[in-house]
Amino acid sequence: MRALAAALGILLLWQGFTWATDMPPFLLPSPWRVAQALAARWDILAGHALVTAIEMLAGLALGALLGCGMALTLAAWRGGRRWLLPLLLVSQAVPVFAIAPLLTLWLGYGMGSKVAMATIIIFFPVATAFYDGLRRTELGLLDLAHSMDAPRAALLWRLRVPAALPALASGLRVAAAVAPIGAVVGEWVGASAGLGYQMMQANGRSQADVMFAALFILALMALALWFTTDRLLRRAIPWQPDSLLSEETSR
Amino acid sequence: MSALSLSAPGFRITLPQGLSLGGAAVLAPCALAVPAGRITALLGASGAGKSTLVRLAAGLLPLPPGGTVETSDNRPLKGRLAWMAQQDLLVPWKDALGNVLLGAHLRGHKPDIGRALDLLRQVGLIEADAAKSPAQLSGGMRQRVALARTLMEDRPVVLMDEPFSAVDAPTRHRLQELAARLLAGRTVLLVTHDPLEALRLADRILVLQGRPAAPMELSVPAGTPPRPARDPALLAAQAELLERLAA
Repeated sequence: MRALAAALGILLLWQGFTWATDMPPFLLPSPWRVAQALAARWDILAGHALVTAIEMLAGLALGALLGCGMALTLAAWRGGRRWLLPLLLVSQAVPVFAIAPLLTLWLGYGMGSKVAMATIIIFFPVATAFYDGLRRTELGLLDLAHSMDAPRAALLWRLRVPAALPALASGLRVAAAVAPIGAVVGEWVGASAGLGYQMMQANGRSQADVMFAALFILALMALALWFTTDRLLRRAIPWQPDSLLSEETSR
Repeated sequence: MSALSLSAPGFRITLPQGLSLGGAAVLAPCALAVPAGRITALLGASGAGKSTLVRLAAGLLPLPPGGTVETSDNRPLKGRLAWMAQQDLLVPWKDALGNVLLGAHLRGHKPDIGRALDLLRQVGLIEADAAKSPAQLSGGMRQRVALARTLMEDRPVVLMDEPFSAVDAPTRHRLQELAARLLAGRTVLLVTHDPLEALRLADRILVLQGRPAAPMELSVPAGTPPRPARDPALLAAQAELLERLAA
């Protein structure tokens, strides 16, 4: 409710600013104009939004899967750490903007290259957060499991993994927040559909109002993705401590 | 329980060269004998190496050169011991019942839910508590669940590292009675910093003293554990032991 009021306040300020300064609409369109563009091109924008949403979700799924796989491999395979850790770092050290043209070259103008880009961006926070969690299993718990004659596999799957789930959840939240970046950057570099593509087109035609409309949809989608992810994670891992939440509810 | 005391082995840790951790000598050359079917209490100041000895026995620390853990029946302790620590070490993703069943879960064995519920009842938890998560339980209740989990392992040898030091005094008192009753017949090595706990529960008391430390045996009050806390002889022994530890 408060977030809605804040958004409304910003929109009013923005509207007032464009009125007061008589800003030309190709530089900064008023919110009202953006809303009109949104209504007028709704069918086209919705189609592009669907493409971007699929890219984001596919990238999130693939990136999360690969990230989890990487973290588990690092945790389980001592010898592999030396080889895989540098690879993990390189995957982030090289800016995704730099490899975007390459991915487009290899995977084409379709969804493939965008999903790949989103996957690369998402993979890293998931892998590092989960791997960190897997490393930080309480030593006492490991001792206890040892005294219970737990086999090695059980130590990983029945102790380290559940203990690391709250850390994995943090990684997934970050991933959900950055998922749109991968998809949209991919669409900027070369695409035939998607909100990023639509924004490039509108930019070329000085249609700032359409750009803002696309941006608005993108922001809504990013918010929806983050809050859905957060809600699902909370439900899946009910034991993770959240002192801020309990602060709110106890008030 | 009689069948258990027949099968519960005594054991002996021998460190002919003592033990150093990180270059500092912690334990002097020594031997620690834990008789079969009895509770042996190990006291000593913080950092004297009490926990280290328990961890050596539990196989959680590698033995130093020449060090041995021998048993009275010449079979290894591995697979025959249960370990209980100062922290309850309950996993937050399982309820109380699931925590009692953790050992079976980790080993991939079929869980004996009936026995687990029975043990939870024996340590004083009601049926409704079994489904509670550790976060919903008080410190004393959590330690009760930890005790039930230790007993669920049903091992002849039980190593306890300050198991009740994190709970309040009345709870500790109740838990000691429970433990003495439920652990009867097992070979128990109980590390504690509480003289009263040692005097109430132990058949044998060892104090780690000196630097580097070595265990020394003390006499225990008459009577079988758990001894009543109001026994004047026990209280006098407590005062004496306290002064000795503080010296």
